[in-house]
Amino acid sequence: MIEIRNLTKTFRSSTEGIEYVEALKNVSITINDGDIFGIIGMSGAGKSTLVRCINMLERPTDGTVLIDGVDLKKLSEKELRAARKNVTMIFQGFNLLMQRTCLKNITFPLELIGTPKAEARRRAMELLELVGLPDKAGAYPAQLSGGQQQRIAIARALATDPKILLCDEATSALDPATTSSILQLIKEINEKTGITVVVITHQMSVVEDICNRVAILDGGVVAEQGDVREVFSHPSSAAGRRLVYPESADNESPIIGGSNQKFLRIVFEGAASANAPLIADMAIDVGVRANIAAASTKQIGDHAYASLVLGVDSYSDLEKALEYLNSKPDVSAKEVHIND
Amino acid sequence: MIDSLFNGASWADAWRIIESEFLLATWETIYVTILSTAFAIIIGLPLGVLLVAGEKNGVLPLPAGLMKALNVIVNILRSVPFLILMILVFPLTRLVVGTVVGTPASIVPLVIAAFPFIARLVEGSLREVNPNTIEMAQSLGASPMQIIIRVMIPESVPSLISNGTIAITTILGYSAMSGIIGGGGLGKIAINYGYYRYKYVVMFAAVILLVVLVQVFQSLGTKMAIRSDKRLKH
Repeated sequence: MIEIRNLTKTFRSSTEGIEYVEALKNVSITINDGDIFGIIGMSGAGKSTLVRCINMLERPTDGTVLIDGVDLKKLSEKELRAARKNVTMIFQGFNLLMQRTCLKNITFPLELIGTPKAEARRRAMELLELVGLPDKAGAYPAQLSGGQQQRIAIARALATDPKILLCDEATSALDPATTSSILQLIKEINEKTGITVVVITHQMSVVEDICNRVAILDGGVVAEQGDVREVFSHPSSAAGRRLVYPESADNESPIIGGSNQKFLRIVFEGAASANAPLIADMAIDVGVRANIAAASTKQIGDHAYASLVLGVDSYSDLEKALEYLNSKPDVSAKEVHIND
Repeated sequence: MIDSLFNGASWADAWRIIESEFLLATWETIYVTILSTAFAIIIGLPLGVLLVAGEKNGVLPLPAGLMKALNVIVNILRSVPFLILMILVFPLTRLVVGTVVGTPASIVPLVIAAFPFIARLVEGSLREVNPNTIEMAQSLGASPMQIIIRVMIPESVPSLISNGTIAITTILGYSAMSGIIGGGGLGKIAINYGYYRYKYVVMFAAVILLVVLVQVFQSLGTKMAIRSDKRLKH
């Protein structure tokens, strides 16, 4: 389990007039064993700093990171290096050793801890098999495609049998097809070994594809966190809505509706409800006349979602509408404040 | 000077000198160059590593004052002209070799002149290593020494070889200059016969041999650098 508690990281600023930049402010996240935990945010949100605080490549200014109850900040350099065998990392740029063969890249972390050569080699061959490149042992990284290089990097990260795998924008340099095959591999490994995976990304699709839990990072702050389906179907923060409904109008006011209207978001989860004439039914059944202010559809995992923002004229209409809509199967509705 | 090139007698005379002295002189030039380069690498390589690793953001940060001192020493030694340096290091040469003239004695000033140069070349090579690669090693729990020995140096081998080639050809040129203080080799022949005794044919022959040696070292070095670089798809 990774417990990030009140983590703050400030950097000395290089911009004139500003002395410090707060990259992370009071971040608290708990990641359970076996999770594939997504940390998503725009560039500059502090994602990379956050993931580097987990293995102490960046020292937090304040707050703690506990891995299975151990406070990494209190470890000596030597103890920290030993701890890092359990928390390995893959990168956007793969970061393979270009002058070594793939096999030698994978044995690298084992060399660091003095594993006997034959044993390291055997383990590396096993891992090459696992990542689907058993014939690339003697090849050099320059001879591989980006996706293959990332597979070698994954094999290397797994060599010491870590409990946690940190992925820092691991698929951002790859094309969509390769991205999904790499994500599939990570998911398989998670299912097979129970390894905890922390995925840093700016791509919604990555979180949708493999994560079970997610935290949305915005301006160094956790805007919201929770179950992926919950967060993505009902984003409660402005940052969340920006990510989940990039095209929907409700994060730019005004939307199509009167300025004194109340707004609610309806989320449809499943085909049955999407086919029903829900808004007409609502007008007939409870007498609430609503106008459509914004609409979008989205595929999250194997579920289809549709999201509508409705405008109604009064607070009592809003309450009636919420009660009516939430009584329907696979439909949920929440009031939204347009300008927050 | 040109006249002597068309004078049959001077050709016969030159051939006699070339026949009797050039084999030894060429051998002396090669062994002085290789030995000096080897000693200079022994000092310059670790120094170059320190110049990179010891920085504030390096893998093995050293006290800022020490880094400053190392840089100043390297710069001073690099800025003294070799001819002056040979004379300045006489006391050290006498201490190490017992004499200040002769072929073995010329190795001492050559090493002193070459190691700061090599340190700077090594520094340049190591700086080419991608910082992300070093971060990768840190993330896997590598110690500063492991990063230096297993990442920084092996990853910059092709660059180290081509810089080593620059070093050896430069040292070859310096070794010719050491003919002035009695260091043996092709330089001494060129100076003694050409400059002091106006035997220009001998001088040109010595210079041509030096050029050939530089060519040989350079093309060998370039070939090795390319062959060693696994980033290239062979």
